[in-house]
Amino acid sequence: MWQMDATDRDIVNGLQGGFPICERPYREMAQQFGISEEELIARLENLLAEKVLTRFGPMFQIERMGGAFSLAAMKVPEEDYDRVTGIVNALPEVAHNYRREHEFNMWFVLATETPEGISQAIAKIETESGLAVYNMPKETEYFVGARFTA
Amino acid sequence: MSLKLDVVDRAIVQATQSGLPLTARPYHDIAEQLGVPPEVVMRRMQAMLDDGVIRRIGAVPNHYALGWSANGMTVWDVINDQVDELGKQVGALEFVSHCYRRPRRLPDWRFNLFAMVHGRDRAEVEAKARQIAALLGTNCRAHSILYSTKILKKSGLRI
Repeated sequence: MWQMDATDRDIVNGLQGGFPICERPYREMAQQFGISEEELIARLENLLAEKVLTRFGPMFQIERMGGAFSLAAMKVPEEDYDRVTGIVNALPEVAHNYRREHEFNMWFVLATETPEGISQAIAKIETESGLAVYNMPKETEYFVGARFTA
Repeated sequence: MSLKLDVVDRAIVQATQSGLPLTARPYHDIAEQLGVPPEVVMRRMQAMLDDGVIRRIGAVPNHYALGWSANGMTVWDVINDQVDELGKQVGALEFVSHCYRRPRRLPDWRFNLFAMVHGRDRAEVEAKARQIAALLGTNCRAHSILYSTKILKKSGLRI
């Protein structure tokens, strides 16, 4: 089985932000890791193929583009869970949906072009499921970032 | 706040949504694809980075693959007039990946501060939650940890 080596770890830990915008950005970063441009690109391809990285590139903040985001939660009876999952997941506005261990056992992120899109999606889920959706849009963001060390 | 992005900015967002090309001159390749000069792509991306439309450019790790398999959404009922100051402090903890203030939904949901905590196992998440509890002290009236047990949907949209 393939395993990360020390250079892969340096790349995962050192490239979670700050990738330069210039003509040869990989060459610039490769110097910091003591490898060639070609090797950095090959290692990134491999880290993506091995699913150590889910993505490499810019992370966008959708609200800044005029879209809207919200986190919503539901209390779904266990016997009804599959049906409600189907209803929620069928909406293209639902970006992620997680099952969590709690009375509030379904948590999903809604992403829409407009703020009104959020309330329309919630109304649709409530109508189709017969259950309440608790909308919890963020009021203040104190921190967002990934700080996972490999 | 929302910024007006023009058609070129939107085309750049579209072209890079799934990632940056893994080529020697990635911005030049995007430019060629869009039919605009590379300087324009680089200048626009730098402006979007400065304005926060782009949060950052880099690697997005799969935390499960790195062994961070316990994912706890810790939620806290913090006194309203203390939550902004304390939220910043919780967000500054190195093990918190996201930290937000959200509205209470009384009487069913009393928690107004959310902090995502990842650990290699639940014991590690709980130890970290105790550090948050110590920081919040008596300004926090109750808390809970909601572990994710299944990804029901994960679309291509990345934030």
